[in-house]
Amino acid sequence: MAIEVRIPTILRTYTGGEKAVTGEGATLAALLDDLEGNHPGIKERLVENKGGGVDLRRFVNVYVNDEDVRFIGGLEAELADGDQVVVLPAVAGG
Amino acid sequence: MLTLDQATYDAIVAHAKRDHPDEACGIVAGPEGSDRPERMIEMVNAAGSPTFYEFDSTELLALYKEMWARDEEPVIVYHSHTATEAYPSRTDIGLASEPGAHYVLVSTREHGNSEGPVEFRSYRIVDGEVTEEEVRVVPELPQSQSRSAS
Ligand SMILES: [Zn+2]
Repeated sequence: MAIEVRIPTILRTYTGGEKAVTGEGATLAALLDDLEGNHPGIKERLVENKGGGVDLRRFVNVYVNDEDVRFIGGLEAELADGDQVVVLPAVAGG
Repeated sequence: MLTLDQATYDAIVAHAKRDHPDEACGIVAGPEGSDRPERMIEMVNAAGSPTFYEFDSTELLALYKEMWARDEEPVIVYHSHTATEAYPSRTDIGLASEPGAHYVLVSTREHGNSEGPVEFRSYRIVDGEVTEEEVRVVPELPQSQSRSAS
């Protein structure tokens, strides 16, 4: 099961400069664990502990086939072979 | 140093004035690695707020996909402050995620929606460190190297 993950500039320090990497997982949570195995430290930049559980960071956007995962189950969003995942930090401030 | 053309400068200022008292935001894209702010894209401030700005997540993806398709990157990321100086807030610094971009801040606190000068400043924000840089406004961007070589 290969899933392509597009990595934003700010996180390419974890991927040796690669703009995209491949990973595996039946859910987004599983995919992030798989990525963490190959690119230690990256998961911590994407998720945080919230109310006893783990959730995506507020200012990190993850899309599966162009859908914001917040609308399709968040970390429990289901993935299939060939899916395209994009990670983009929010452009935001005060 | 940030070098941008007068038309882009004017368009950023006009956007900031138009959206005052809410914060305005957008980017100016350019060819990857060129440091040329060529194509301005006004974004909607999904927060619709005088103290916060955020690109809508769906529009953010569409914007980046378009840039990737054109081999572009964000050369300038701009937003306005409507009641405070044109200096990155703590939130701006914490959320800055384009280490290669010029972060432009415009303050409309003095004249709001009306005519009149604004503060227009530019910064690099890398790993939480803010470095102000000179802003040079030119009538037109110099010819790009690829064009002058042909
Ligand atoms: Zn700000």
